[in-house]
Order: sequence, then C-alpha cells, then structure tokens
Amino acid sequence: MKRILRIIALILIVGALAVWAATGANRGWTKNKVQIKTVDEVTGLEGIQWQDKFVPGVDLLAASTLGAGVLVGISFLFRTKPK
Amino acid sequence: MKAKFTILTLIALTGAAFAAPQTFDFKDPKGVNNAVFKLDAPLEAVNGSANGISGTVTFDPENPAAVKGKIIVTSDSLTVPNSMMNTHLHSDKWLDTAKFPEITFESKELKNVKTTGEVTTADVTGTFTLKGVSKELTVPAKFTYLKDKLGQRVPNQKGDLLVVRASFSLKRSDFNIMPGQMEDKVSDTIELTLSIAGASPK
Repeated sequence: MKRILRIIALILIVGALAVWAATGANRGWTKNKVQIKTVDEVTGLEGIQWQDKFVPGVDLLAASTLGAGVLVGISFLFRTKPK
Repeated sequence: MKAKFTILTLIALTGAAFAAPQTFDFKDPKGVNNAVFKLDAPLEAVNGSANGISGTVTFDPENPAAVKGKIIVTSDSLTVPNSMMNTHLHSDKWLDTAKFPEITFESKELKNVKTTGEVTTADVTGTFTLKGVSKELTVPAKFTYLKDKLGQRVPNQKGDLLVVRASFSLKRSDFNIMPGQMEDKVSDTIELTLSIAGASPK
C-alpha cells in the first residue's frame, strides 16, 4: 500500500508537469479562456474574441505537488512488512 | 462684381451644407469594438476585455473640436481568462454588474485639438461613470474620419466611419471598487484602452 501511494504521487507530479509543459508551460494562473485577436482591414482595429480553452498554470502544479505530498505523507502511516 | 459675389456665396453655402455634423453609432455588428483593461498583480497581470460597446458620437469633419458623444460599455461583457476570476469581477464586491450594468463616458469639451488630414487628436474632458460613481476625466483621444468607407465594412451600405482610440488610466479606489483592499494582490491602477469604430449611414 505504501508503495502504491508513492507511485500514485509520482504519477500525479510527473503527469501534471507533462500536461503543463505540453500546453505551453504557462507561468501564470490557470486559464479556461484565451483571446483570439483579428484585425479589421477597414478600420485597422484589433478585435478580441474569447475562446474556451483550458491552459493549466502554476496553481495547478502547486495543487498537484500538494496532493502528491499528502499521498506520500499518508504512505508513512503504513508499516513496511518485514521480509 | 455682383456675379462674383453670388458665386462666392453659393460656394460658401454648399461648403456649409457638406460640413453638417454627423452622428456615428458605435454598436458594432462585426463585434470588433472593444475596451481592454489591465491591472498589475504579483504573479501575472489581470488582462481582460469588454466588447459590449454602444453609444453615439456627433462629429463634424469641418469642425472636429465640436465633437460630442457618449460611449457605453455593458459591465457584464468584461471578461478575464479565468472563470472564477470572472465571477469575482462581476460580483457585488468588485463591479457589481447586476446593480450597475453600464460603464459610461460622456464628453463635455475638447482641448488641444490638432487635425492632420483625416486624423484629429485632442484631450477630451467628460464624465466617466463606473459602479455608480461619476468623475470628471480628461482623456487623450484620436479620431480618424473615414469618408465613404462604411460600404467596405457593411455590404450595400453607404456612409462614413469614425474610428476612436483612447488610452488612459484610473484608480479603482476612486470608483468604490474594493478601496484600499487587496492592493498587494491587485493593483489600484486600471489601465484602459478603447478601440472603437462608429458608423454614419447615408
């Protein structure tokens, strides 16, 4: 059980890091909308529209690390079986 | 001599007829008109925009200093990239959009008016109203008059366009938006940029 919890913790941290890096390594807060900018040819104005898109931020990394830490902490409550 | 005087009078009257002020409507069917806002914060600046723009401006290409108008931004059209932050922004602690649905700027006078071709720059003084609080602000603005360009934007429609750009800053505490609170997390200064085009159909 101890080992299982620690493996899950590792998967959680590595998985969160991989998703964060793959989605652009956003160093700000997690976003669920992004701006789409277009230029109006007649007026030269830059129009802004919002598109739903999940972009994980450092807060998600911090939450994953905290979650992994909790799992590792719980793993210490289990005794290692003597061989 | 009499003929010359008559001709000159006719020319003056014709010029006056073409110099009539025009009313430009800023409700944009293409959804391009927007106001961008930014507040500094420790980890990442809060960047958002609003596209619920409407209002009218009266502009005379022959007398740009006489421009008058009111621009309205629907407060619940303000959007930031995080849904939870968006909910807080619209809540009664911040903008209270349910109680104060509009943010407005109504011009009173222009100073330092300079016109070069179709572009006029000026300092526009007017009343800015946000969260029910009205304050007089002077905002540097640029007006670009695009004669007969409406048809290029809206098919089969003749008319003129007026592009207005303005950038200014204000303090949220001046408008009762969490005054003196959370200034270590969200700056008191809000930087605003307005980029809008109005149409005057013929």
